[in-house]
Parts: sequence; C-alpha cells; structure tokens
Amino acid sequence: MSESKESYLLRRRPPSEKLVDVSFRYLAVILASMVAVVLISILLVVFWGSLESMGRYGWKFLITSNWNPVDDEYGAFTAIYGTIVTSLLSLLIAVPLGVGTAVFITENIIPRRIRNVIGVMVELLAAIPSVVLGLWAIFVMEPFIRPFLEFLYSTLNWLPIFSSPPIGPGTAPAVLILVVMILPIITSISRDSLNQVPDKLRQAAYGVGTTRWGAVLNVLIPAAISGIVGGVMLALGRAMGETMAVTMIIGNSNNFSPSLLAPGNTISAMLANQFGEADGSQVSSLMYAAFILMILSLSVNVFAQWLVKRLSLKY
Amino acid sequence: MTESSFSPQTVSENTCISIQNATISYGSYEAVKNVYCDIPRGKVTAFIGPSGCGKSTVLRALNRMNDLIEGCSLRGRVLFDGADLYDPSVDPVEVRRRIGMVFQQPNPFPKSIYENIAFGARINGFTGDMDELVERSLRQAAVWDECKDKLNESGYSLSGGQQQRLCIARTIAIQPEVILMDEPCSALDPISTLKIEETMHELKKSFTIVIVTHNMQQAVRVSDMTAFYNAEAVEGGSGKVGYLVEFNETQEIFNSPSQQATQDYVSGRFG
Amino acid sequence: MTLSSSSRSHNGVPDLAYKQGLRRNLIARLLTMTAGLFSAIAVLPLIAVLVYVLIKGGQKISFTLLTELPPPPGLEGGGIGNAIIGSFVVTIIAALIAIPVGVGGGIFLAEYSRGGKFAQFIRFGTNVLSGVPSIIAGVFIYGTIVTSRVLLGNAYSAAAGGMALSILMLPTVIKTTDEGLKLVSDDLRRGALGVGASKFVTVVRITLPTAFTPIATGVVLAIARAAGETAPLIFTALFSPFWSEGIDGIFNPIATLSVLIYNFAIMPYEAQNELAWAASFVLVLFILALNLFARWLGRFASK
Repeated sequence: MSESKESYLLRRRPPSEKLVDVSFRYLAVILASMVAVVLISILLVVFWGSLESMGRYGWKFLITSNWNPVDDEYGAFTAIYGTIVTSLLSLLIAVPLGVGTAVFITENIIPRRIRNVIGVMVELLAAIPSVVLGLWAIFVMEPFIRPFLEFLYSTLNWLPIFSSPPIGPGTAPAVLILVVMILPIITSISRDSLNQVPDKLRQAAYGVGTTRWGAVLNVLIPAAISGIVGGVMLALGRAMGETMAVTMIIGNSNNFSPSLLAPGNTISAMLANQFGEADGSQVSSLMYAAFILMILSLSVNVFAQWLVKRLSLKY
Repeated sequence: MTESSFSPQTVSENTCISIQNATISYGSYEAVKNVYCDIPRGKVTAFIGPSGCGKSTVLRALNRMNDLIEGCSLRGRVLFDGADLYDPSVDPVEVRRRIGMVFQQPNPFPKSIYENIAFGARINGFTGDMDELVERSLRQAAVWDECKDKLNESGYSLSGGQQQRLCIARTIAIQPEVILMDEPCSALDPISTLKIEETMHELKKSFTIVIVTHNMQQAVRVSDMTAFYNAEAVEGGSGKVGYLVEFNETQEIFNSPSQQATQDYVSGRFG
Repeated sequence: MTLSSSSRSHNGVPDLAYKQGLRRNLIARLLTMTAGLFSAIAVLPLIAVLVYVLIKGGQKISFTLLTELPPPPGLEGGGIGNAIIGSFVVTIIAALIAIPVGVGGGIFLAEYSRGGKFAQFIRFGTNVLSGVPSIIAGVFIYGTIVTSRVLLGNAYSAAAGGMALSILMLPTVIKTTDEGLKLVSDDLRRGALGVGASKFVTVVRITLPTAFTPIATGVVLAIARAAGETAPLIFTALFSPFWSEGIDGIFNPIATLSVLIYNFAIMPYEAQNELAWAASFVLVLFILALNLFARWLGRFASK
C-alpha cells in the first residue's frame, strides 16, 4: 500500500504548479481589467481632446449650428439635433414593426417552418454590414422612395418638417435606413423575451377565455416588457451611434433645416466625414462632438439597464 | 332532451360533458384512445391513473386547451350540453369562457391580486360591481382572509397554496359552468391541499368539477365519480397509449371495481 | 348574473359557434393581419438588399476582379484584390487581440470572481463598452495610436485598424465566454477539484473545453461583425491603392473591403460604383458564410 502511494510523485504539489495556478489567476484578472482600462481610456482621450473646444465654446457649442472650418468657428447643434431626431424617429417606426413581427413569429398563426424562416431572415439582416446598406440606400432605396417624398413635399409643405424639396440625400432616407438596421435588434430581442414567458401564463390567459390577442396584449407582452424595452433601448443606442449607412445617405450638411426632406447631419456622420482630414481646433471640436455622442449613448445605456431592472415582473 | 342538430346521439339531461369515442394524438402518436365518458352535472368527477395514461390530456381536451399544443388533434366527439366542442364552427374562446380551468402549477398573472380576478371577468364582459365580485370570488375560494389587506400587491406575493386558491378564485369569477382542475394540489404542501379540498366541497354546489389527481385519497375525499385510466404498450409503436379502464361511482371504483387493473391500482399494487 | 349572457339557442344547446362579426373576433383578425403585414415589411429589406447585392455585385465577379488592384478614380477595369487581403489582415489582427483578452476576461468573470464589486464593475463596463458607437473606437485609436505614431513611427496602419476593431469585438467575446462557462455544470468543476486538480487545470482542461462550442459560436459571430465594420477603419487603417507587402504591410495604411465600398460608393464614377457593388458581394457572402457556420456550430453543440 505504502509503496503504491509513493508512486504518486505529485501528491505534494511542486512550487511550479502553484506558480502556474497563481499566475493564471492574475493573468485572468489583468485581462478582465482591460475592459475597464479601454473604457476609461476612451473617455479620457475623448475628453482630453475636446478640452480646447470646450473651453472656447462651452455650452454654446450645443446650441449654435455654424460649423465653419474656414473661419474656425464650430457649433454642433445641427449634428446633435440630427442624431436625436433620426434615432427617435427610426425607433418610432421600428418598434411597432419589430414587436409586431416578434408576436407574429412566436404565436402559432402560421406554420412553424415559415416562422423560423422569417426569424432567421431577420437575424441575417442584422449581419449585413452597414456600409453595404448604405450603398443600397444610395442606389436603390433613395431613388425608390423619392416619389413618395416628393408627394409629401407637394401636399404637406406647409408643415415645417416637409418644407423643402427632396434632393436625394437627406434626413428622411437616413431615418428609413436606420429602421432597417435596428429592426432586427428589436425583433429578435422581443421574440426571445416573448419565448421566455412561461407557458403557464399563456395557459392562464387562455384558461379564462381570452382570444389570442387578448392574451398577447394583456399578459404576454406585459410579462415580456422588460426584455422588449431592453431591446428597444439597445436599438436606440445603436441608432444614435450608427455611422456608415447614415453618413452615406444623410447629405452631411451642417446648415440647420427643420425639414426631414433636406440634407442633415449626425454626430457620427460628421466624425466619419471630417476626422480624417481635420486639423487644429477642428479636431478638438470633433472630439467635443464625439464626447457628446458618448455621453448620449452612455446615458441611454445606463438608463436602459435601470429601466429593465425596474420593469422586471416576478412570475 | 330531444334530438338536436348538434347531437344525433341522445344525451341524458344529467350529463354535462359527454366524451364519445375520443382519440387524442400528438402528431402521429396516439396519446389516449377510444374514451367514452359521461360526466354528470353538479358532481365532482375525478380522473385517476398512473402517469402517462392520458388523464391530463383528456382533461385539457374538455376546454380545447390542447389547441395550444402544435400538432395535437382529437378524433371522436366531445359534447358539452349537446354541443360538439370540436365542430369546425366552434370558437375555442367561447368554450373556455364556459369551461374554466385550474392548472397544475399555480399561475397567477404578473398583476395585482385584484387584477388577477378582475382581468378574466372584464374580458368576459362583466358589468357589475367589480369590487364585490373580487371579494365574493376570493371568499368562495377561501383565500379572502389572506388577501383582503393586500389586494394591490402582486399575485406572486402569496404563498404557493394561496396562489393556487387565487387561481381558483380567478376561474370562479368568470362564472363558468364547469371547472377543470389539473392536479391542482401536486405542487402544494398537505395543509394547502386540505384547504383546497375544502374549497372544492363548497364549489361543487354551484359548478360541475372535473379533477385530475394522482393522489387516490384525494379522489376518495373529494369526488363523487371516478374514472380510472391506464396505459398499455402498443404493438409496433413506441411508447404507450392511454385508455379509459373503468368509470363509476367513486365508492364502487375503490371498494368493488369490476376490472382487475383497477383493483391493482387502487390497492397500490402498481402505479 | 351580470356576466354577459352565455347565449343559448332555443333547445338548450349552448351556442359556441365562432362569430365573425363579434367585436373581439374582428379586432383579433385585424391585429393578426397587421402583424403579418409588419413581418412582411420587416423581411422585405433583407430580400431587396440580398437580391441587389447578388445581382449587381455577382455579375461583376471575375478572376481579374478578385486579383487586381483598384483603378485610379475615373478609370475602368481593375479589381478589389488588395481590399480582400486587407480585410482578412485587419480582421485577423483584431481577432488576435480580442480573443485572448476577451476569453481571459470571461474566464475571470465566470471562474474566479465571486460576484464581487470588481466583477460587477467589469460586467457593467463590458455592457457599456458594447454600447460605445463604433466610430468612437476609431476616434480613440486615432487619438492614441495614429497621432502619436507609436507603431514604428507610422501614423495610419493595418495594426491600428485591427486594434480599433478589437475594441468592438472585446465585449462580445467576454460575454460569450462568461455565459458559455456558466453553462458548464458545477458538478464537473467539483469533480475535477475533487481529484486534486488545481484551478488552472480545471479551467483549462475541463471547463473551457466543455464550453468550447458556445464560446466558438460567439467568437465567430464577433469576427463576422468586425469584418463588416467600416467606421473604426476610415481614419485608422485608412485606405491604400496598393498591395500590402509582408510584415511591413501591417504598419502601413491598408485597403479593406468595407472602406473600399464607402470610398467608391460616394465617388461620382460609375466604374467605382460597380466595384463597390462587387466588393459588397464578396463581403456579404463572407459574412453570411461566417454566420451560417456559427449557426451550424451552435446546432452541433446542442446535439
């Protein structure tokens, strides 16, 4: 017995093994810290870069809309307004579409096979790069919707939001391409949340004699609401930060216009357009704009996490 | 009752639900076969049998809950007061408004206790005094005392047994003619079980009750009639197919069953 | 009874028939049709985009297109060869940075942290980082790597582009590793520790291999996402009309498919626009293939 025990040479752990164990632990801690390091560095670098412009324009930067590299005068109102308007409008269109689609593919209205195909297609839509959607928006979507936009202009031009003739690129096509981009997020997260609603709640609803839509609207959606809202907020954050497709179709104009049919700008589009060839105080002003974009998307993110926790129902 | 266009076969006035040669399948797999059973009005009928014998499947067939399971289909007929529940023209929602159900797991809505009761009543077009209905239903389900001070709290703030009685109250509130109960006590402790059984004794004065239970003492305590289901392996098939062995007064089933299988089961020799 | 009358026909048989005109049935039908319409609208763009990319891009595809350099602005001919290589190079650099860091971070969260303050902070940070707009990752790398020329004195480079992309991949890799490892049953860990394995051996030999497929699925999806990103590259990797050569190429500006699409789409020349469609075809095909591969991996795992 004692003999065979001695054949286990490693019963007493060698120092090398302990060292590996401990260093692996520290390695994991260090790698995990990289997230924090990167995140804080991003904030610091952008903040640092924008200090000059912040000092020069202060709050005025947020509410003036002259962006003029020639005179070296900068105000980001057009871009901030564009960021907020495009993302909120696209959300307004995409939420009913996305949640409606999610309900359609979780309820057994049509055969499961077709529902699965729709689900997969929506997810694949999320995989298409935004630059490809931008290309498609320029050459296919925009010419296609132009007549509709022209119709809006000719009939509703007394409304400030339709008060300019569509000239091609503009805020309205940018909103529509954003809808295409955030629809998959809203749909797939809503679908997952609806699928996670326990079957017993569905049975409870049908058991008291609701119709399918009675169950969906009164029980299933309320039970899934925290997940759905989480998806919507995620989509809002994505819409605010989305760059390529918007840059390619919004027209990149820093002249403020209330009309959705006119060219506009967003912070991220402005960054994509000007950062490469900017210098001097323009870089600082762009950094300032980037800083505002970060604050916007950070607040959406934190607000979303809070809201999801707040809305979670116990069941 | 005279013959009507709905029911060529005569159904006795005392029969509430008549199951006539029902075979229920999931896809191509038959879960339960050739069931004949006349459930009497104003009585408690218990379905007992070993697991996998299809008793819950039959119960769910009585208010078209099986419609929620994809691929589930029923051959044969189920007559409710002479109307065929599986006639193509039938709206399952109408069926469930008359035949309520209490499920195995307590499943309150994630809403307040008050709303749990009011929701079903409201969608059924209730126009009377809602506060009064909520109180009456909770009293009838013997859970009023525990709930009266926290009607605005979530249904999930109650204990499991209280939740189940809340679910019973919710079902009572829509004033169905029949209440189906699918092992309502299986997730509960003995004291809660006792309370629910007491509730059932009260309820059978106003409702026809069908209960599935795997607890034979419970069947003896609460039911007037008992149906014993069993399952047998089918040749060449995978798995078992359930069938109704015997349906009689509870006294008869437990004291002098006519079938050997029933005798074996109720004396605890298998299952 | 104040409940709505359970209507009975004259002979006592309850009337259970489906009534078309009933308000609740009308509403249900209306809502069902609306939801169906919405689904159709949601699927339509995918079909439209795919059809255009496949037809407009596909008909351009030829051997020369895949192997030649892009022509100078305004001229015909040429190809997107250097951009295809460049996309691979930049994506691989990003993966080489993001996978070790992300998997390591995920291992920390799932295996070492016990839900302490630090781990909570890292999880929160991961969520926030995944919400950072991609263009900001570009701005950050521009502000740190490009302007300071720390990489062998070069400003714009493939390496800088890869680093920008890796910032976008990092949160996804951490999350999938964390979640994948959490799926591994604790019994398995206890079993390994019970026979005297060290934590290191348990993680590397037992839990990590068990969680391989979900982690791999997540990583493949992260790579697919990074391969199509443009915004972080336009002022980090920039663009180049030439081949990138050898190790040196990593420290010089490099062409990528996505930046090529952007640059050529907004040029007023038809030849360049056509190349943008062709590049889209290659890029979309590559990304869809990666996605299908990830799906297959996922299904493989569930078996």
